[in-house]
Amino acid sequence: MTIIVERVSHRFDSLDVLADISFEVGDNEIFAVVGPSGCGKSTLLSIIGGLIEPSAGAVRVGGVSPDALNPITFVFQDFALLPWRSVATNVQLPLEHRDLPRAEMQALVNDALRRTGLVDFAEAYPKQLSGGMRQRVGIARALAVKPSILLLDEPLSALDGQTREILMEDLSQLLASTRVSAVYVTHNLDEALRLADRIAVFSRRPGRLREILEVPIPRSERMTPGAAADLAALHERLWSLIRTEAIDAEREVGHV
Amino acid sequence: MSEWPMSESPMSESRISQPRLAPVRFRGRGFVVTPRWYGGLAAFFIIIALWQAAGSLGWVSPLFLPSPLAILQALIALTASGELGQHIAASAMRIGVGWALGTSAGLALGLSMGLWGLARSIGISVVSALFPIPKIALLPLLILWLGIGEPSKIATIALGVFFPTTIATYSGVDAVPRTLIRMAQSFDLPFSAIVRKIVVPAALPSILSGFRISASIALLLVVSAEMIGADRGIGAFVLQAGNLMQTDQLLAGVVVLSIFGLIVARLIGFLEARLLAWR
Ligand SMILES: Nc1ncnc2c1ncn2[C@@H]1O[C@H](COP(=O)(O)OP(=O)(O)O)[C@@H](O)[C@H]1O
Ligand SMILES: [Mg+2]
Repeated sequence: MTIIVERVSHRFDSLDVLADISFEVGDNEIFAVVGPSGCGKSTLLSIIGGLIEPSAGAVRVGGVSPDALNPITFVFQDFALLPWRSVATNVQLPLEHRDLPRAEMQALVNDALRRTGLVDFAEAYPKQLSGGMRQRVGIARALAVKPSILLLDEPLSALDGQTREILMEDLSQLLASTRVSAVYVTHNLDEALRLADRIAVFSRRPGRLREILEVPIPRSERMTPGAAADLAALHERLWSLIRTEAIDAEREVGHV
Repeated sequence: MSEWPMSESPMSESRISQPRLAPVRFRGRGFVVTPRWYGGLAAFFIIIALWQAAGSLGWVSPLFLPSPLAILQALIALTASGELGQHIAASAMRIGVGWALGTSAGLALGLSMGLWGLARSIGISVVSALFPIPKIALLPLLILWLGIGEPSKIATIALGVFFPTTIATYSGVDAVPRTLIRMAQSFDLPFSAIVRKIVVPAALPSILSGFRISASIALLLVVSAEMIGADRGIGAFVLQAGNLMQTDQLLAGVVVLSIFGLIVARLIGFLEARLLAWR
């Protein structure tokens, strides 16, 4: 479960979006990508997940677990649920074309629902759920296919602050109890500092890799009082790296 | 105990010393329309009653405007003799077959236009060129090609239904949220599964509202076509009744047509309620 991103650049027509990105994500590692909006984070994730072909460079993965049903799996910012399907059948969708015995498919769905606290909502429809519950469905759907690599594109950005806090905790436990590597895109430094082993800081568009910071505290100890001071210092550091980029990105006039 | 006892705070004193306090005037009235259930019913009964009175009291000649009761009697007599049934059956067959043919073709072309670039280019030019033609104008040509019998009438209806269905399907498919398709691709769903499980259900609301339009077009065209060249069918019946100055029968035919329209609208409403409950 290694991801190697090699000199990836991308442009949409005349718009340079990513410039010469290289990094590696190790086994079981959570790798966060932070950067101002529009710097190409989602594009990079789509390239890693095979949904966009990069203009240059390549992405390779290795060590994929043989029983992964969908080795590289996304969690989307806008959840990407089918509104005409119930929670359980949304989670079932990626399993239906995989030639599984009915009982095994059911077991995978139930297990994913249980791990995300959705058992009581199995028959509900997305429009009946809060944003936080909807993203739980998105996460359950991703877990059901036993991924080796999770690509999370701002999974908590559409949620309000309190819901985000709660989901962040649950997500951190899910990631700790699952053998999976992850690329976690966010513009929220707290999320990165809570969940990631390393944090890559991108410049504004065209996104360049400015720096990779290691978070020297084990993920399981991030919420302990002793970690607070170190995390605050890291937060400071990250913010100073990002601040000017974010200001410039925000003041940028959209291209037509 | 509050930290700032109101009566002693200098703030509240200064407030009380304001010259005069007035309640805030409510200005949010109106512009919230709540339908009254009795309105429609009352309007219906008043119109029928006035109409009946106009006939019974001799305000208008029954030849020009037969009373509702006279129309009802005509309806009953026509039903009893079986004549009405034959006309309805003939019209229903034409609508049914024509609508089914036009809808199938429209769904196929609309879906293709939503999925493939070549089909889209071809479809857009064909549709923009032919959609504006009033299809009834093609009936004489279709009669030349297909004869005066059923095929030319069915073809007219099918053509009339085909274009709005194509457009509704195409725009529905085109508006399928991109992110749902990318989601399906990210889970390696095969093309056919993406069409079946994502594209078609997502386009269904647009397709069903296309059905509403195409059903009313089919009704319009069946009547027009039957007036041009048929001896059976509601349209032919209404025309003959007019020629014979049998206005009660004529209006009985019109009533049947509006009931027909209502039933079709209900049917589509039922379909929408069943298939689009998730909205
Ligand atoms: N399919 C596309 N076609 C053209 N431009 C795009 C496309 N997708 C994204 N972009 C542009 O590329 C830039 C980077 O987008 P994105 O990767 O979504 O940034 P981020 O996720 O970091 O906010 C933005 O300026 C965006 O407008
Ligand atoms: Mg993004």
